[in-house]
Amino acid sequence: MSTTTPLRPATEQSEPPPKRIGFGGRLSRWDLKLSPYLYISPFFVLFFVTGLFPLIYTGWVAVHDWDLIMGQGEFVGAKNFTDVLGNRDFWNALTNTFSIFVLSSVPQVICAITIAALLDANLRAKTFWRMGVLLPYVVAPVAVALIFSNLFADKFGLINSILGTIGIDPIGWHSQRLPSHLAIATMVNFRWTGYNALIFLAAMQAIPRDLYEQASIDGAGKIRQFFSVTVPMLRPTIIFIVITSTIGGLQIFDEPRLYDAYGRGGADGQWQTLTILLYEQGWTRSNFGRASAIAVLLFLIIVVIGLVNYFVTRLISTSEVKR
Amino acid sequence: MTALTPGQPLLTEEPARGRARTGRSYSNRPGKIVYGLLAAVVLGGMFPLWWSFLVASHDSAVLSRNPFPLVPGGNFLQNAATVIDTVPFWRATMNSIIVSTVCSASVVLFATLAGYAFAKLRFRGRGPLLVFVIATMAVPTQLGVVPLYQVMAKLGWTGELLAVIVPSLVTAFGVFWMTQYLSQAVPDELIEAARVDGCSMIRTFWHVGLPASRPAAAMLGLFTFVATWTNFFWPFIVLGPQDPTLPVALQQLQAAHFVDYSLVLAGALLATIPLLILFVFAGRQLVSGIMQGAVKQ
Repeated sequence: MSTTTPLRPATEQSEPPPKRIGFGGRLSRWDLKLSPYLYISPFFVLFFVTGLFPLIYTGWVAVHDWDLIMGQGEFVGAKNFTDVLGNRDFWNALTNTFSIFVLSSVPQVICAITIAALLDANLRAKTFWRMGVLLPYVVAPVAVALIFSNLFADKFGLINSILGTIGIDPIGWHSQRLPSHLAIATMVNFRWTGYNALIFLAAMQAIPRDLYEQASIDGAGKIRQFFSVTVPMLRPTIIFIVITSTIGGLQIFDEPRLYDAYGRGGADGQWQTLTILLYEQGWTRSNFGRASAIAVLLFLIIVVIGLVNYFVTRLISTSEVKR
Repeated sequence: MTALTPGQPLLTEEPARGRARTGRSYSNRPGKIVYGLLAAVVLGGMFPLWWSFLVASHDSAVLSRNPFPLVPGGNFLQNAATVIDTVPFWRATMNSIIVSTVCSASVVLFATLAGYAFAKLRFRGRGPLLVFVIATMAVPTQLGVVPLYQVMAKLGWTGELLAVIVPSLVTAFGVFWMTQYLSQAVPDELIEAARVDGCSMIRTFWHVGLPASRPAAAMLGLFTFVATWTNFFWPFIVLGPQDPTLPVALQQLQAAHFVDYSLVLAGALLATIPLLILFVFAGRQLVSGIMQGAVKQ
């Protein structure tokens, strides 16, 4: 919602009639009329062909018997969907996806806000600290997954040996469900916390400083100011980050795929996510119909969550101070 | 200290910050705790890379040794050489460079063109089309992989770099980003002046729009480069083992050598080095790009 606000003035400007520029003749008028469409057409053409069309066509594939090699088969109606929904693999993957998502987004937002608050102090060499926090962002998820699958190795992993020295029994980071989710969420957090901290930092710096002055006149200490001024003012940013990380997080593939060498999400599917299931149905079992059904379901889940987020945002921004 | 700011001309809030907060001017530097915590965060972010280097510079037997040596060993180059022999490493690096360069150049070009049109030109349907662009930013197009794969198979592009490049030639985010930037960076009078002087539309774009878009275009290019370089899902599906990009090659390495962590982590480091170099030179731009995007969202 907040994304559209800055643009509104621009759309209203389109009212005044197009300017006549001299008597440039027919050519010039065509130039004036057609050029804008010409400039936006590469985006729209490429987006339709490689983005929107495949997405819509997924719905068509999903209601057919469709094989990777053999291609389109008979129309089967909702059979692919009932197959997918009737299989426990789907529900397992759905649970895993949500579990990993929650474990990665909640601590991530909290850590990112904390780091942003630290960065928002009047630091020396602030560019250095900002860059330092961002470093993990340039490590590819695939590389992150390889590194962390080693750190979280069940035998001889660094984490387990550290736990061992303080007297905790080794944890089955790969063999058990929840620990594997924690490990994968850690990878996501490793890469994105600093990035999001910078987004929060920018939002913090946009908070009017007199709000803080007001609060300190009212006798609020630093901590109190943080919770009763900073955090409420950051709400739109929090929601923005939650929405964007929902879209990406629910499609998580790279990290769980490379968490072990087999890439199937664990021997018992402990960390199999929806996108891994989609890949396995489509390219390991050659069942494009079912893979598409999974894609459609995942799409619907993302849309529903996006809409919920949208209405929450609306609710919050209307209950806030009217601008 | 403030001498650092010229590198980030787009962060205009800096000068006002000194007198903030407590009212005591300029002397309100944070205490050691703040620096200590931040140092912990930064070191925490670097540690996994350092750890990989430690493992990659020994042989994998060292992992079972206790305590683990905290000094790098001398095996890194040898492990790196094995990595390069096991997977088509140079080929993958070349491919990653080609794909990332072509895609960032094309995203920047097409986004600047479209952003210029949306921000500065008047045409029928502009409003709805722009809303459409913004709405598509939230569409998970990755979920269209099955038909996209069929399209590529029909075209005979599976296994070819083209299959990775073509779907990444444009992004809705890029168009949105450039529209936002250009609507405030180019005064309408300048465009009208150029038009009155008899410039054609494309010349006006070339001489007025394009130069003005440079700072935002550079950032868009950087982010697109990083995103393309680290992209895995689609290249993994559509590229074959002979002609991979780096992330796909890493997956092959892991599948071939999963017990030998020294090799696997040497590969992970090798694939990360190019972006680390990029980060050294352009990290500052990445930082201000992220902070700008946030202000504008």
